[in-house]
Amino acid sequence: MAKSKNQLEARSTGTIPKTLTGISGLDEITLGGLPAGRPTLVCGEAGSGKTLFSIEFIVKGALDYGEPGVFMAFEEKAEELKANVASLGFDLEQLEKDKKIRLDYVHIDRSEIEETGEYDLEGLFIRLGYAIDSIGAKRVALDTIENLFAGLNNTAVLRAEIRRLFQFLKSKGVTAVITGERGGNGLTRQGLEEYVSDCVILLDHRIINQISTRRLRVVKYRGSVHGTNEYPFLIDDEGISVLPVTSLQLNHEVSTKSLPSGIAALDKMLGNSGFYKGSSILVSGTAGTGKTSIAATFANAACLRGEKCLFFAFEESPKQIIRNMRSIGIDLQKHLKEGSLEFYASRPTLYGLEMHLVAIHKAIKKSKPSVVILDPITNLITIGSVSDVKTMLVRLIDFLQAEQITVMFTALTLNNIVNEQTDEGVSSLVDAWLLIRDIESNGERNRGLYIMKSRGMKHSNQIREFVITDKGLDLVDVYLTEDGVLTGSAREARMLMEQTGEVIHAQAVSRKDRELERKRKILESKIESLRSEYESAEEELNKVYVEEALKKQIMGETINKIADLRRGDDGGEEKNVHKNK
Amino acid sequence: MSIGNPDHQDSTQSADFFSLRLFIAGASPVSARAIVNIRAICEEFIAGRYELDIIDAHQQPLLVQQEDVTAIPMLIKKSPVPTKKLIGDCSDREKVLKGLGISY
Repeated sequence: MAKSKNQLEARSTGTIPKTLTGISGLDEITLGGLPAGRPTLVCGEAGSGKTLFSIEFIVKGALDYGEPGVFMAFEEKAEELKANVASLGFDLEQLEKDKKIRLDYVHIDRSEIEETGEYDLEGLFIRLGYAIDSIGAKRVALDTIENLFAGLNNTAVLRAEIRRLFQFLKSKGVTAVITGERGGNGLTRQGLEEYVSDCVILLDHRIINQISTRRLRVVKYRGSVHGTNEYPFLIDDEGISVLPVTSLQLNHEVSTKSLPSGIAALDKMLGNSGFYKGSSILVSGTAGTGKTSIAATFANAACLRGEKCLFFAFEESPKQIIRNMRSIGIDLQKHLKEGSLEFYASRPTLYGLEMHLVAIHKAIKKSKPSVVILDPITNLITIGSVSDVKTMLVRLIDFLQAEQITVMFTALTLNNIVNEQTDEGVSSLVDAWLLIRDIESNGERNRGLYIMKSRGMKHSNQIREFVITDKGLDLVDVYLTEDGVLTGSAREARMLMEQTGEVIHAQAVSRKDRELERKRKILESKIESLRSEYESAEEELNKVYVEEALKKQIMGETINKIADLRRGDDGGEEKNVHKNK
Repeated sequence: MSIGNPDHQDSTQSADFFSLRLFIAGASPVSARAIVNIRAICEEFIAGRYELDIIDAHQQPLLVQQEDVTAIPMLIKKSPVPTKKLIGDCSDREKVLKGLGISY
């Protein structure tokens, strides 16, 4: 706080001196607060928050900046006012006792007053002057001087006196907030205050499509630059918060650090690292494609890393989300208990887009998460047009990037033109866009996930089948065949078929082997029989030779014997032959 | 600067006893005129049964706040009831009398 105060003061140098209001966001828009020592007009219709604005200016001044203040009420009695602002935690009673603020109720009732001639409002000046001097007030709020016109008839005098009042406040050197009711044509009924004020702030309370949005605009600021847009603001238990929306420059820091998505296969598709820190991610898909599951997985991963995650649920209640995520093996309850996860569930129709933005802003500022999830942004479209939602998201992304917070949006796409436009409207803003599509074939619906874009990252161009299991989410390669992309049971069937094919193939191979073996055996046996045939032929041949040889031998022997016998006839042998005779 | 005695005032008297307070701012012409005018009216119509306090707002700012004074000069009729506030320099005699509830 002290730092930002110094910054603001530093920024305001060079222009007129300014007084910090302490109203969150307003000091940024006005670059340092309201003009110090000068009157500021806050105008708006009934119920636009004028009184709250002025009382907060006074109380914050007294509490945070040590500047006592006078609150002069023309509408509400001091007691009423005390009771009304007690709900904001402002203890006016105590502040009054401590002489930090002074309440004065000015009551003018036409029925009690008779005008008998010339008069002026010196009494009011004296009262105001006395109140300022008695506590050394630096701030004054007048709510609403218009009531003077209701109680008194002489408008010429009143107009002159109101002019004098502004001069009086300036001469007292107090920073004043004067509230005025908005009139038909001008900013105020009298068309006077806006000219004599140095700064004019217009509060607006608009209802579009039965949903109200409060807006604030700095109409005029003498001697200073200021934001001229309409800024949404929120009134809640902490008073007014204005949202200093779109920063004018695109110069926020960027990080090259990346955050895992919680799905390993998805990280792989994103160049092995996940999303960049501080980037914005859109997950879109038709109903029931698992967008919330992806978001919850991302949140779970962040919590497991010990980072803080803020989950804005616009559709389901936190308990519902916790129960549903348990079914895919994600225990969010644990993180909730540890405080690393926080849920902010609200119906989109609760208030206008801008209010949502302010509420989101506030929640983020309060719990300082590193990951934010909005599930789903589509529901916001029910309360605003496409361009409204886009502007809101630009502002949100802008803010988150400046704070280095990673954000994941989920968006529902329907298969019609209107919502595709929505998708595009948002998709051009985000850094990464995951699209989940239904792939319908073979009488079943499966989910295909692909990365439409991922800035500054080498990402996969492949479609992956996105499966939700009891153990979480996973991505599976899809089967590309001549018939197209196969998913789900068709993919399983294909895988099965290919497995069977392999078995059959193996079978076939072994059969061929055996056939060959058999052939070999046959041939071998043939060779064997041929060999034995040959052997028998050889044997036959040998037999002939042997017989021949034997014949020769025997013949030889016989011849010899005969020869021997013939020799015996001449000698011994001849005797034998004789004897035989 | 008071005329009459408020301490002696009781319920029977209060019906026609006028207790008046006039707030003025210093010696401004309009204040001076108011004093002259109201005195004349009182003396003429309710002589002897009125008290008139003339208060300089600058001197008694706390009383200004208590009495919820805005416009000056302001004449406050404390009694008889109802309380009535008259603003202006009392130059419109008819309105003053009507405001004070004096029939003439």
